[in-house]
Amino acid sequence: MALIEDNGKGRARASLPPWIQTAFLTIGSIAMTMLGLLFVTFIIGRVMPIDPVLAIVGERASQSTYDAVFLELGLDKPLIVQFAYYIWDVLHLDFGTSLLNARPVAEDIARVFPATLELATLGIFFGIVFGVPLGVVAAARKGSWIDQLARVLALVGYSMPIFWLGLMGLLIFYGILGWVGGPGRVGIFYVDVVPSVTGLILVDAALDGNWDVFKDAFSHIILPASLLGYYSLAYISRMTRSFMLEQLSAEYITTARVKGMSEWDVIWKHAFRNIRVQLITVIALSYATLLEGSVLTEIIFSWPGIGSYITTALLSADMNAVLGGTVVVGLIFILLNIFSDLLYKVFDPRAK
Amino acid sequence: MYHFRKCLYAGVTASVIAVMPLHAETPDNILVVAQNIDDIVTIDPASAYEFSSGEYVANTYDTLVRYDAMDTTVLAPALATDWQVDAETKTVTFTLRDDVTFHSGNPLRGEDVVGSWTRVVALDKAPSFILTQLGWTTENIDQMVTADGNTVTVKYEGDFAPSFVLNVLAARPASIVDMETVMANEVDGDMGHAWMNKNSAGTGPFSLGTYRPADILSLNANPDYYQGGPAMERVVIQHNPEGATQRLQLEAGDIDMAKNLDPGQIAGLDGVDGVRVETYPQAAVHWVSFNQKTDSLTDPAVWEAARYLVDYNGMADGMLKGQMKVHQAFWPDGFPGALTDTPFGYDPEKARQILADAGVETPINVTMDVISAPTFVEMAQALQASFAEGRINLEIVAGTGAQVITKYRARTHEAMLLYWGPDFMDPHSNAKAFAFNADNSDDKYASTTTWRNAWMPPAEMNEKTMAALAEQDADKRLAMYMELQQETQAEAPFVIMFQAIKQVAMRDNVKGFVNGATSDYVFYRLVEKE
Repeated sequence: MALIEDNGKGRARASLPPWIQTAFLTIGSIAMTMLGLLFVTFIIGRVMPIDPVLAIVGERASQSTYDAVFLELGLDKPLIVQFAYYIWDVLHLDFGTSLLNARPVAEDIARVFPATLELATLGIFFGIVFGVPLGVVAAARKGSWIDQLARVLALVGYSMPIFWLGLMGLLIFYGILGWVGGPGRVGIFYVDVVPSVTGLILVDAALDGNWDVFKDAFSHIILPASLLGYYSLAYISRMTRSFMLEQLSAEYITTARVKGMSEWDVIWKHAFRNIRVQLITVIALSYATLLEGSVLTEIIFSWPGIGSYITTALLSADMNAVLGGTVVVGLIFILLNIFSDLLYKVFDPRAK
Repeated sequence: MYHFRKCLYAGVTASVIAVMPLHAETPDNILVVAQNIDDIVTIDPASAYEFSSGEYVANTYDTLVRYDAMDTTVLAPALATDWQVDAETKTVTFTLRDDVTFHSGNPLRGEDVVGSWTRVVALDKAPSFILTQLGWTTENIDQMVTADGNTVTVKYEGDFAPSFVLNVLAARPASIVDMETVMANEVDGDMGHAWMNKNSAGTGPFSLGTYRPADILSLNANPDYYQGGPAMERVVIQHNPEGATQRLQLEAGDIDMAKNLDPGQIAGLDGVDGVRVETYPQAAVHWVSFNQKTDSLTDPAVWEAARYLVDYNGMADGMLKGQMKVHQAFWPDGFPGALTDTPFGYDPEKARQILADAGVETPINVTMDVISAPTFVEMAQALQASFAEGRINLEIVAGTGAQVITKYRARTHEAMLLYWGPDFMDPHSNAKAFAFNADNSDDKYASTTTWRNAWMPPAEMNEKTMAALAEQDADKRLAMYMELQQETQAEAPFVIMFQAIKQVAMRDNVKGFVNGATSDYVFYRLVEKE
């Protein structure tokens, strides 16, 4: 591998293999994006009309207590210096301590993020499994009852407030029918029964071979995950339908049909293959949105996830927690984008 | 298609598992509570200063004297069997029980008392001011609190009534911790503070089981508790901020107690089998105050008129039914020294006349800050409507609790709708807040309602507040506080309107739950299931 090569004009310049250049560019892009994201979040947090010291000491603490905490938080220093200190700590993987519960932010995130990850993953799974076929069939049978159904489902998914659907779901399936578990990740009798390995209760229960806990956890997650899945389904099916309609009106589809190809092959082997790249973007965005945490769903289902964690922190000016959460959410978006880019290259030869 | 069928069968099987009925009664030896616990910042008694952490400390720690579960209105011996107060030398001498052990098994020693209070003063966290009122500092604490065997001698600086000193020593930060265990877990000179945020080290009827912020708090029974082990082997407090789902859980029998139901949800439980609602008067009083930095609110006629512009009974019997009752003095009903007179009623005509007689130009347009939470916003809207009848136009400014308090502390609000609960059960806790202001300067910060509204009480009122604090005769002292309440009713820029009531919904078989006037008096020790 030649790192130095002659450019033919008597001058040597550094040249790296394309994949290393791409890696450097990607890492640089991630670093700059994260820095910008953190800076904006930091400034917003500092200009909010909330005193973070009061969030810690309460409203009746003495002036000396207040002053001590003020100095402890470094609030006496210029904003840019505070930000520089924060970045320095983050580079050393120290996200600071949450003002709201006096615990390390990293520990908090390690606790709340798996809850959101588990919920969002199951939600997007439902969204894909039901949303993609629904969108494809709706496009293939445009104007039919299934198309109308898909449109109604999408419309309801877009327009119904999630807290209302959540409460109705709980009332019917938990309160009246007793088919699913209530709020919380697991029933009160199964709390801390299985050791936390991944933080994902379904996975931990399976690893532990404790199927009672698995069943109980599944009964608790099924309703909020279905709810989130429904919102993903509404988006995914609508976009799938739109992409498919565009493909199905293309000339190559007409040609395929004229050649006598079966409708199944026309739809799935030709039209669907060509919407995969667009669909990946839609699904990645949808998944990233779920991974940010759905605050209302988390509140209604007492789900200790990252959405309600960041929101509560923001409302109390707990900037260490907000910034820590921002790092995680930012990274999720970036990683999903990178993953989408990689998949483009797999599914679209032009992108290679 | 074969694979599709396999997937379909797997899906149907999973659905059948999920469809099985899942409700079950809670076990006889476990109490399951649904409650919003996201207010907890820390659970170390040296720093715990929130409602939910107060309940936790009350059930895991003890003080030398306390308002006990058996009767939350009487100061009773706890870790001390008896005490002598010598007002001349400003000394209280306690004799400790000799049959108490901490959760670790370590015996209670006088050194634990000295260490626990020294720790509170040294850590200087939010509630430390309650103890440092006694004149304790990091420099003098070793002389002010000393131990000799089972005897603890406490000195204080200042002219205080004995009852005041005892009330201070019954407050949350005066909880006794197992110093041997705590200091063994000290990191970087934190006196075990980080460890205490994840563990308990008390003598109380329960020890900490699990605590995950905004998720779960569970307590394990201490069978060796000196007043007898609790009937419940565990108390599990599940975080649930949503009253509607708490109600569903209670009706389904998945929890034994729901603590955050609003009046509508409480009303919805009427006639539901197996569920009852208990009502507990609380010590918090709700009021509107006027910042004296706002020119249009400085005329006493405005304060007087405002007292007739609140539809007290209409609000208490309507939107606040079951949540608040009419109360117009700073010390809550149900406690010695409380003034229960309610001299003011809704009378807009009289209010307009008062303003006209005083030559106050109307309309008066002011902003009123309020915490953006359901009850507060509804109260603010009702006040907005009734004040408008007196030509005082309130513009509601809703914000998060932190936003409102930030503004209040900076004295940049105009009118404020807020509440006040005593830091400890002594009338001075509220008299100091509503009838005393040592210095009204901007740089002389105080957490009192007077200073925060930039109001300087008359000199006589200030003097009387401090005289009541020093009064040695208990009856005379209470009479002085009654007078102070009457004077603030007449002269202060506050409209005290309501006293809070707590409603807790629980399963019918739950007996013995004690919910005193503040979160410090919430006890699970006597709970049984029939």
